[in-house]
Amino acid sequence: MLVHIRRSIILALITLILTFAYAYAGTGLSQVAFNNQANGSLTANGSTLIGQNWSATKCPGHPDGSCVFQGRPDDLGPYAANPKSTPPVPGGDNPLVANGNSGQSGASNLGPRSKVLLSNTQALVSYWHARGVNPTPDLVTTSGSGYDPNITAADALAQIPMVSRATGIAPSALRALISRENNGAQLGFLGSSYINVLQLNEALAKLH
Amino acid sequence: MGFTWTIITLVIALGLTWRYLGSYMAAVFEGRVHFLGWAERPVYRLLGTGPEQEQNWKRYAGSMVIFSAVAMGVTYLLIRIQGSLPLNPQHFGAVGQALSFNTASSFMTNTNWQNYGGETTMSYFSQIGALTFEQLLSPVIGIAVAIAMVRGFSRRNSPTIGNFWVDMTRGLFYIVIPIAFVAGIIFVGQGAVQTLAGTASFHDSLNGVTQTIARGPIGFMEAIKQLGNNGGGFLNANSATTFENPTGLTNWLSIYLLLAIPFALTYTFGKMVGSIRHGAALLAAMVLIFSVWVGYTTIAEHQQNPAVAAAGVHSNVGNTEGKEVRFGDTTTALFGVASTNTSTGSADASYDSFTPIGGMGLLTGMMLGEVTPGGAGSGLYTILIYAIIAVFIGGLMIGRTPEYLGKKIQAKEVKLAGLGALVMPIAVLLLTAIAVSIHAGRVAPLNGGPHGFTEILYGFTSPGNNNGSAFGGLTGNATFYNVTQGIAFLIGRVGIMIPALALGGALAAKNVVPESLGTFRTDNGMFVGLTIGVIVIIGGLTFFPAVSLGPIVEQLSHGKFF
Repeated sequence: MLVHIRRSIILALITLILTFAYAYAGTGLSQVAFNNQANGSLTANGSTLIGQNWSATKCPGHPDGSCVFQGRPDDLGPYAANPKSTPPVPGGDNPLVANGNSGQSGASNLGPRSKVLLSNTQALVSYWHARGVNPTPDLVTTSGSGYDPNITAADALAQIPMVSRATGIAPSALRALISRENNGAQLGFLGSSYINVLQLNEALAKLH
Repeated sequence: MGFTWTIITLVIALGLTWRYLGSYMAAVFEGRVHFLGWAERPVYRLLGTGPEQEQNWKRYAGSMVIFSAVAMGVTYLLIRIQGSLPLNPQHFGAVGQALSFNTASSFMTNTNWQNYGGETTMSYFSQIGALTFEQLLSPVIGIAVAIAMVRGFSRRNSPTIGNFWVDMTRGLFYIVIPIAFVAGIIFVGQGAVQTLAGTASFHDSLNGVTQTIARGPIGFMEAIKQLGNNGGGFLNANSATTFENPTGLTNWLSIYLLLAIPFALTYTFGKMVGSIRHGAALLAAMVLIFSVWVGYTTIAEHQQNPAVAAAGVHSNVGNTEGKEVRFGDTTTALFGVASTNTSTGSADASYDSFTPIGGMGLLTGMMLGEVTPGGAGSGLYTILIYAIIAVFIGGLMIGRTPEYLGKKIQAKEVKLAGLGALVMPIAVLLLTAIAVSIHAGRVAPLNGGPHGFTEILYGFTSPGNNNGSAFGGLTGNATFYNVTQGIAFLIGRVGIMIPALALGGALAAKNVVPESLGTFRTDNGMFVGLTIGVIVIIGGLTFFPAVSLGPIVEQLSHGKFF
């Protein structure tokens, strides 16, 4: 018994030291070999891996957020805190200091036959219809992380009427932009093809 | 198309892993791998033991239980005092008592159920020293117990089944740490974060957004989280977040890592008992059940979300609620099945938002006892328990004392196997019944109707099977759930490990009976079918009533919203 306890404490301490060695060696190697990725893939306008809220972007003469492509309605802030607020504000949220009650990554966790999910979805559908957009499923459903930085090409194409009206850029030019920004599935088969909303809007800003 | 290639590449990679990692692990635990001997020997000197000092099953189990208790104490202590420890850039205070008990029990038992959001609760010191620490050692405990049980079949007239301390050291040095380190580099290269520098803030001039982003030593925790069938992530949303699981490639790698050790251990088993065919038979039973679960869960998730359809959005896109664009619905379903059938419990989507049948695939994958292929080590020792029951039933049919690998399966072995198979269902169903009977249990679900019941049932099925995935709508961070789940983790772990070690001890002491014409074959298709039958019938009979109250009612409630 006593010898088991003594051995357990020694082995636990050895494992603890190994764990810190593992984490620190990993951090050191990552910082040298993949500095940008290891620090969060940060660019001038934020991380390409973290969705942002585009719905409050000021668009003179047009509704907020209509002159940019919007991400998924991941805003855990006003969306989760008050699902009845109309219209709910779509757009990627702020992962740590959220603008609502969340403060951390997370999904809605609403079941497929949830009344709350149904009314949230209906409110989002009205939001998009008011902007002349016929929404795709991604545009009315929240993601798993709460800050999905990506949309599909179909999600972007659906927003062309809204963006074209607010920016005056021809739909054909927007279609060409979307096709340029579309990332195919990795190695041709891993996961799905996607468009990074931040990169899409950076490219859109250059068209103005 | 993409999904087909995902399956094909996984089958090829896992096939090679089965063969080569399987024989490597056998060599490690038979003491034939020595390249880290210079690091191994000082550890044995410090521990005052070594490969030549064998233990009987009771001493082996005693060492395992006491070491587990000490490791759990370390985790509990560190998260209770994290406010006074370094590496805490966000200045998080101590974690509460009930939540600390739940978390320490959860991580020590390889469950990794999380009643907290990592990025808003745990300091970097806790994430490394309290949690990654358990993630490195808990899969090795599972593998050690499985190997000790296998020695029961491979030895004759032996009073001992190995040395726990030696198995632990070898598993850590030769298997878990090196593989996880290589995988960690790939995760970070793809975009997973690995820094100790604290949060990052910036302002986006395009939209006026100011963000503060949680960061931390995530990538290398991610690697051991998946490889060790742990499942507990750094961030609240687990593998759905881009900082844990940034790309399609890391998602593929995650699925691969989840399945690598549990499948490969069947080869290790075959190698150690001298009959690869016996290992292949167990593998076949695992793969056949696993494939059926992948099939129907994927089809279910490829259907449209009922709420989205009812809101008037019609398309041929699958269920997107709670899923990430970069993975897509089918690969997400595959990830979910791999994670719940392996006792991992990591999530690249919100499982709570899966369609009723898709969610049932995840729930029932756990209810089969985590043997398809189950967790690191736990999958092998649990399926061996089912195999012994299958042999017993086969023996009853042909009317002679059953044998498995030449070892007579007698009353004592069947009783131990029965105990091992019944502990988990009793714990899960009793605790669910208590939870739905009292107020503290009923206030926790987020969703109404049958889905709310499923959240509670899932909230005990996952702990009882040491899985750790959740229907995240359940508010588990309350004293009732923290304590009852904390107990369920321990029952589901130790309650099966001790019968498994006792079986190993009882079998090791026996001689081998020579094979004869009347011997019931345990390495052919008939036996695979019988084992599958035992797994599915035990799981089905035990859990069908509960499942029918949850996902089945929900699926049948067309047009209703709760």
